[in-house]
Amino acid sequence: MSARPLALSSRIPQGFAHAGLLWPSLGVILVFMVAPIAIMLTYSFLVPGAYGGVEWTFSTAAYEQILFERDFLDDSLTFTPDYLIIVARSLIQATVATLLCLVISVPTAYYIATRSDRVKNIWLFLITIPYWVNLLIRTIALLFVLRDDGPINSALLDVGVIGQPLALSYNGFAISLGLIYSFLPFMVLPLYSAFERFDFRLLEAAYDLYASRRVAFFRIVLPVMRPGLIAGSLLVFIPSVGSYLAPDILGGGKTLMIGNLIGTQFQAARNWPFGAALSMILLTITLIVLLWLARRAAQQQRSN
Amino acid sequence: MKKPAVVTALLASTVSTPASAAGDLFIYTWGEYTPPEMVEKFEKTYGVKVHIDTYDSMETMLAKLKSGAGGYDIIVPGHDTMTILIGEKLLEPINVAAMPNYQHVDEMWRDVFWDKGRLYSAPWAWGSTGLAVDRDIVKGDDTSLKILFEPDDAVKGKINMLRDVNDVINMALRYLGKPRCNDNPEDLKAVLDLLSTQKQFVKSYNSETKELLVSGEAAVSMSWNGYAMRARDERPSIEYIYPNEGYTGWMDNVAVPKGAPDIENAKLWINFVMDPENAAMITNYARYANGIKGSEAFVDKALAGAPELSPPESAPAPEFLTACTPAVTKLYDRVWTKLLR
Repeated sequence: MSARPLALSSRIPQGFAHAGLLWPSLGVILVFMVAPIAIMLTYSFLVPGAYGGVEWTFSTAAYEQILFERDFLDDSLTFTPDYLIIVARSLIQATVATLLCLVISVPTAYYIATRSDRVKNIWLFLITIPYWVNLLIRTIALLFVLRDDGPINSALLDVGVIGQPLALSYNGFAISLGLIYSFLPFMVLPLYSAFERFDFRLLEAAYDLYASRRVAFFRIVLPVMRPGLIAGSLLVFIPSVGSYLAPDILGGGKTLMIGNLIGTQFQAARNWPFGAALSMILLTITLIVLLWLARRAAQQQRSN
Repeated sequence: MKKPAVVTALLASTVSTPASAAGDLFIYTWGEYTPPEMVEKFEKTYGVKVHIDTYDSMETMLAKLKSGAGGYDIIVPGHDTMTILIGEKLLEPINVAAMPNYQHVDEMWRDVFWDKGRLYSAPWAWGSTGLAVDRDIVKGDDTSLKILFEPDDAVKGKINMLRDVNDVINMALRYLGKPRCNDNPEDLKAVLDLLSTQKQFVKSYNSETKELLVSGEAAVSMSWNGYAMRARDERPSIEYIYPNEGYTGWMDNVAVPKGAPDIENAKLWINFVMDPENAAMITNYARYANGIKGSEAFVDKALAGAPELSPPESAPAPEFLTACTPAVTKLYDRVWTKLLR
């Protein structure tokens, strides 16, 4: 049995075999990623059809609309902060969610990684349990928990701590909580695997060499943890920026995030090119974050 | 009529009964709108297997049809959307007026402006978009939109608005006494001011009106009449109000989208829907009037005199609006974005 792989690799020319293995994934990327993005990019430079759809006339109006609007009264082109405010809100909400996930996940992941194998598996299993249920249903469940007549408010009212239900739902707080709740495991798991790989003897060695706790953390722990931190932060930040359900359900539709704004453009507003342009902006934001992190990682590598 | 996405998603799978099919019928409609017993009866009668998909807004349906995703035999568009669908040539002309059961259609719903002479569609159900209030909190018998736009302290923070650009702006325009489908910048600025001031008292912009009213989270909510009646079943203090400033009337129609896979089965369904006994099932289930003469005999006694189905003498007539022009839609979207930014 052990001779088989060897025989196989000696029969097929290496380079050719490896390139061939790439085709399935390349095919998937071409069909499901490159093509949709190309369509989106094309649509973003067209004119909206009267009742949805697009007309095949080139226009950059969709991109202008993000920053400028025709005035209600005199039709002059003026700067409008409306869409920037929505984009900024999305970025802030996502950043807050990422930071809070980080704060919660570091001790959690550390705790799990330092248990015995059996206990570790139980904890990891528990973390994945909520993911057996669809995100939509989990978000609605969270709304039921936060509502005026939900368990939290009912309990506090019964005990007499509060006289009026706390405003836990339909606001920014509920949106943040929803984002954290939705994406927390995406932070815990990469951090866990980073901690698990961490060789705690390195830390002992550092202390033996008179490193302070601070120095030991920044020089020993952080560099080892960095890939996990970056992966976890990206996995939380990216879906949070484009989040649709949390603002829609937990925020009560009172404030838009960029995901909701895009949704509106394809439906009620019937402005597909603008929706496509906003999607391109969202994609660009994601790319910028990714590139920035990649550059930082490369710099770090060099300085080490 | 609009239905919340959530309920729709959860219930989407409840209606599909396997039968020894002489074909299939694919229906694309609002959630919680098609009586299961009606589907069962149709399947038994014609040996056709019925499949139901649901949407939560006209925009969703229109976007799906426009993007070319077909495969449906039946859609149930609102009357204002009918105008768009006919204009965009997205419907099959099936001459509903020539069908045997057309004789049962109430004269009032025959030569309607959205489908002159009923070439494309049959009536499904009709209703209104007014206000539902919790009379335990909103005392008195005021039927003014003031309850909604200049709320008393008891109501502040307990207001729900439909998540629908047109319905919300139309209601604000009525309160201000301005025409609907309005492209006058001054009027729209006034609308934005009114809605922005009101927003601080609004709990949510949400189409789950029944849920919010029953749980007591909303004391005042924009609502469809049938949905308000279902809320009243669970919370008797809920009252449906026909605002004295006016309110929107709508009719949903059964039509066949262009390129339907099985037009013959679609026609069978449309004729079936116009039968009084079957139409009554719609009213009993969805709590909306149906537009078919003789169906009253089969409608549940409890529904017959319900205030949600028969407006009081003093109420104004419902206003059946046409779809606004693309220019107006664009302006409305800007008001909406500024309101929710």
